[in-house]
Amino acid sequence: MSTLLAAAGSLEPAARSYLSPTGQEIVFLLVGVLVLGAAVVSVTTRQLVHAALWLVVALGGLAVEFLLLTAEFVAWVQVLVYLGSVVVLVLFGLMLTRAPIGRSPDADSGNRPAALAVGAASAATLVTLVVDAFRSSWIDLSGPAGTTRLTGEFLFSHWVLPFEALSVLLLAALVGAIVLSRAKGDGTKPRPGNLRTVLTKTKER
Amino acid sequence: MNAYAPILVLGAIAAAFAVGSVVMASLTGPKRYNRAKLEAYECGIEPTPQPVGGGRFPIKYYLTAMLFIVFDIEIVFLYPWAVSFDALGIFGLVEMLLFIATVFVAYAYVWRRGGLEWD
Repeated sequence: MSTLLAAAGSLEPAARSYLSPTGQEIVFLLVGVLVLGAAVVSVTTRQLVHAALWLVVALGGLAVEFLLLTAEFVAWVQVLVYLGSVVVLVLFGLMLTRAPIGRSPDADSGNRPAALAVGAASAATLVTLVVDAFRSSWIDLSGPAGTTRLTGEFLFSHWVLPFEALSVLLLAALVGAIVLSRAKGDGTKPRPGNLRTVLTKTKER
Repeated sequence: MNAYAPILVLGAIAAAFAVGSVVMASLTGPKRYNRAKLEAYECGIEPTPQPVGGGRFPIKYYLTAMLFIVFDIEIVFLYPWAVSFDALGIFGLVEMLLFIATVFVAYAYVWRRGGLEWD
């Protein structure tokens, strides 16, 4: 991160203050509240399609946050990959399974307290980590901090291992999709959309 | 950031026009309903009734979506790589070749397993 901060040209903390936020900072906070609200609704609603659509709001809000931080490339990747593909995948998942349209009584589970505890714990960890790491650093947003060139240089020189690990993750995702969607063995193909037939067949065998 | 101001303005105008049109139409337009008008709109064809159990889609669509998402992510990484290629040099080239090779294994696997055939 220090390279990025140096490249961004950090200002003296004395020049900025929490007490006089700029318009950009206020919008950032407001959008953050919107993202948080949409995320909470997305995990608490009992209508699965609504959950997917609230996910669109949350992820789109994150794209706006990236834009406000002048990280244009990351913002549009967020729109392309998350809004464009992940949500489509979620909706496909709903259409492929027997998820009912409308309220689904089994969308709720008794694990809510446990989920809440885990969520709160990870949120607390992340907030502590981020606040501790960036306590008094200011990023000059008029600088080149979020440009595609800088992002690329940073990614491909400091994050090589995660980047290469990602390719293995993509491989695993595709293999998993093939294994799930193709029947194995006797050459009979699964009847389209009829997962139950496939499952019962596998059981009989 | 200021480059997005015109886009915001355009979005606001578009939203105002859409909302304004709907509101104006509901206020001023005549309301003569018939059966065809009240039916669900399915691009002009006769609406097909919902199958019992809330119709499901063939699993093939899931595979297509998965294929799209995987190669979408691959291409997205090519963009910042290409922009900063000069600074990365031969190291960046090898890095990206390794990445593409691994994803290509996935592609070859899908191909061999018939994942690219529709039927």
